[in-house]
Amino acid sequence: MTGRISRDGAKSDVLVSIEHVVKEFKVRSARLFARTKDIVHAVSDVTLDIRRGETLALVGETGCGKSTLARCVVRLHDLTSGRIIFDGQDISSASERAMRPVRRRMQMIFQDPYGSLNPRRRVGSIIGDPFEIHDLARGDERIRQVRHLMELVGLNPEHLNRFPGDFSGGQRQRVGIARALALRPDLMVCDEPVSALDVSIQAQILNLLGDLQEELGLTYLFISHDLSVVRHVSDRVAVMYLGTVVEVAPVHALYTHPRHPYTNALLSAMPIRAAERAGDRTEVILAGDPPSPMDPPSGCRFHPRCPRAQARCAIETPVLTRRLHDASEHVTACHFPLADGESLVSEAPAMALS
Amino acid sequence: MTAGVKADIRVRGPWTLALERLRNDKAGKVAALVICALVLLALLAPLFSRLTGHGPAEQFLDIGLSPEGVPTGPSRRFLLGTDGLGRDLLVRIVYGTRVSLLVGLLASGTAVLVGTVVGIAAGWYGGVVDRILSRAMDVFLALPFLVFALALVAVVGSSLTISVTVIAMFSWASVGRIVRAETLSIREHAYVQAARLLGASHARIMFIEILPNVAATVIVYTTLLIPGAIVAEATLSFLGLSVVPPAPSWGNILSDAMAYYRVAWWFIFFPGAALVVSTLAFNILGDSVRDALDPKLDHDSGAAHEATP
Amino acid sequence: MTIVPAPARMLARLVPPSAPPLLDVRDLHVSFQTPDGVLDAVRGLSFSLDRGRVLGIVGEPGSGKSVATQTMVGLTQGARVAGEARFEGRNLLTMTPRELRSVRGRGIAMIFQNPLSSLHPLHTVGWQIVEMIRAHDTMTKAQARTRAIELLRLVGIARPERRVDDYPHHYSGGMLQRAMIAMALSLNPSLLIADEPTTALDVTVQAQIIRLLRSVQREFGTAIIMITHDLGVVADIADDVMVMYAGRAMETATRDGLFHAPSHPYTRGLFGSSPRADVDEARLTPIPGQPPSLLALPAGCAFQPRCSEAIARCAVSSPALSSVDTDDGHRSACWLTAEAPSS
Repeated sequence: MTGRISRDGAKSDVLVSIEHVVKEFKVRSARLFARTKDIVHAVSDVTLDIRRGETLALVGETGCGKSTLARCVVRLHDLTSGRIIFDGQDISSASERAMRPVRRRMQMIFQDPYGSLNPRRRVGSIIGDPFEIHDLARGDERIRQVRHLMELVGLNPEHLNRFPGDFSGGQRQRVGIARALALRPDLMVCDEPVSALDVSIQAQILNLLGDLQEELGLTYLFISHDLSVVRHVSDRVAVMYLGTVVEVAPVHALYTHPRHPYTNALLSAMPIRAAERAGDRTEVILAGDPPSPMDPPSGCRFHPRCPRAQARCAIETPVLTRRLHDASEHVTACHFPLADGESLVSEAPAMALS
Repeated sequence: MTAGVKADIRVRGPWTLALERLRNDKAGKVAALVICALVLLALLAPLFSRLTGHGPAEQFLDIGLSPEGVPTGPSRRFLLGTDGLGRDLLVRIVYGTRVSLLVGLLASGTAVLVGTVVGIAAGWYGGVVDRILSRAMDVFLALPFLVFALALVAVVGSSLTISVTVIAMFSWASVGRIVRAETLSIREHAYVQAARLLGASHARIMFIEILPNVAATVIVYTTLLIPGAIVAEATLSFLGLSVVPPAPSWGNILSDAMAYYRVAWWFIFFPGAALVVSTLAFNILGDSVRDALDPKLDHDSGAAHEATP
Repeated sequence: MTIVPAPARMLARLVPPSAPPLLDVRDLHVSFQTPDGVLDAVRGLSFSLDRGRVLGIVGEPGSGKSVATQTMVGLTQGARVAGEARFEGRNLLTMTPRELRSVRGRGIAMIFQNPLSSLHPLHTVGWQIVEMIRAHDTMTKAQARTRAIELLRLVGIARPERRVDDYPHHYSGGMLQRAMIAMALSLNPSLLIADEPTTALDVTVQAQIIRLLRSVQREFGTAIIMITHDLGVVADIADDVMVMYAGRAMETATRDGLFHAPSHPYTRGLFGSSPRADVDEARLTPIPGQPPSLLALPAGCAFQPRCSEAIARCAVSSPALSSVDTDDGHRSACWLTAEAPSS
């Protein structure tokens, strides 16, 4: 699925600008007499651009903050600090009323096909919601639009009076897509849209998303933990770890010469569905589990699990910038990035947290 | 797993499924019949009066009472006997049904309405609104029912309206708490977030997304609230805090019966039986409704014999 | 719909013929009575597993893979079961609940997808392992506790002497799954059934768990049935593979045999519709349509409505497993294979 990357002047090239966004959640401590409220640092200082017409993927494991970041972009969460600029307009602290017109231009499809549709409402009513909320079409005209949307996403328009419970997971996901498309948004945030679906249905939905992008000129922010899906759909990929972005690159570059050790580990941990498998493949097995976002490590957050970490890594947080001889598009936040063809095959982290 | 929309199997929405389950519930059906009978009795009370020729307040001091002044037992003339003033017990009990049902339904209805609105608002808005509304609910849950009723009647005098008001006042908060809890969990669902993303107003989300999903809980709670309200009314009228005599209500009949229970078993038995039967019927119906509306038995989660991850 | 029992004994060829199979399933049928009709979850499944081998069962939800294994160990309620499932020579399906309980744990152990729901939240992990051990073995509490700590160390949990007194909510997802494996291994079972154990885990943790299972198999000679929908996981760990669809086995082969030359159209469809992390692809070829409802299965081959290579015969009768390659026991339930000359 290749998006059309706008070749206009740099100004109109960027649809969404994420600048130094920080999102923290206060959590009530489990202890009875807690002095300080525990803070979950879900997103810590992320800066990213989403370009018109492209598919930017956010990858990372549980707790890396990708879903939280996506929800910040569409203002489902308020930002703790930082800015979100949508097509030149600063929406970081806009009121709900000011957000209304912007909402028409950014929509989201959710991971859980069972939770994303109200089980007590009919499907036609759900898809017709956007038209009602923004008073765009009424009565017969609305029904006509709803049917058209259903056809667009591959559903039988005769079923608009059915309840979500009568549809399969893949079809519910299509309903969610239809609902998101109703307002003809510019930006579609796809939060793990196929993770909950069967393998044979995943392919159908991925193809559908690709077709829709071409037909309607959509820009996708695609969130996933599945690296094979990401390779298939993205133009650029941003890898996140514990609330920070560690590497951003065009998709081919990321998969063929990743620079950040974590990216390397992620890619090598993926089970390869390959016919050629000579015995055990060499994989980078990261020890332990990711630390908690309530108490992130100092400096580079990956250093306690990193086979390459040195003293500097615990002190100085690396900046996202070009490394080695990469193109300007490929940036990495690492003091000791991997060279071409280099891979880490080591189990012990160099500097474990005591 | 399903083949698209389940074409081979009858397609049923969540409410249709619930009705179907209700239809298969024998105990529920019997309870519903009893309640219908009670409603009929209440509506047709004047008919009873006409048929027997006795009004509810008509005293038959000569034929209704024995020479010593004791009420007479069930006979051809007085099918359920008479009370202390020679009044036809059957007619009085039937008229009492009106009071019980009226107060029961009105008070519960009001309580549920107020409780639902407050609960959804508290759960949805959160923050300061939630804190205020929750404190209000706590206050109402903490007040003692009877003491308050006594005080109110002392100031304003007793009447049907007072009964309904007082009972509603003391029931809405528990509904509110439960609705608030449900709202808190429903608002985390993706479809609510999707509605926010679409730019839906708060009112729209509360009414269209949240309300239909708390409706099941609310309906069940209502059917369980009604018997409580009926008993509460009986309590109030037993203490003379409800309808004004000579208007009959099960509670005040029982109150009168206290002086005669040794000599007139029918005087306590029949109004007591009426109370028990109606309470039982509503409780059983409430159970059936709860089972019918149980979301675990609904379509999507019910067809999970296959191991769906 | 014709049901043809087809014992797949070809797999046993790869093991010295003198050793009888550890698990021998023949013509297993499992069905449920629902308000909407009879649901056939498993329809004539036959396979066997030898000691120390790893069998990967691949299928999507609704294929019957979980129902089959859970029914074998007696975890399915209200099902109508037919057929045989012989474990170490004894038929599991005809055992009394007491006999089954003694088999579970010592002979067969099972781990599930969501470890958090398999563990009691109000007891420490150590207590649960100890209870498991003492239910089947005569050890003192102290001895069992020592063994529990040993097991936790074995599965790679750091500082097991402290972790043994923690509650499940103190463990991360990966650690919980390790703890489940520890519990499963506590009685040295000869067969471990792992039902989608890594589906809910992050990919780096998944790699750790798979590596752990492989080392368990090597060190203790435990046979493993790995149930998954992920072909990559199968490639990593399985010796033999069985692909299931709508309650039946569609294809059985060694791992290499399957990956080099997938034969059944469904298997090939699965390969074609999964994106690959190591190769750039233009477009995926999804399998059209939806999996069938198990309440209303089509006549003939269950995959036929979605199969691009179906012939007339496919809609009429259901094919049995026939040989694709007699050398390595590669079989496919497809009329196209049955009618082609086998190599």
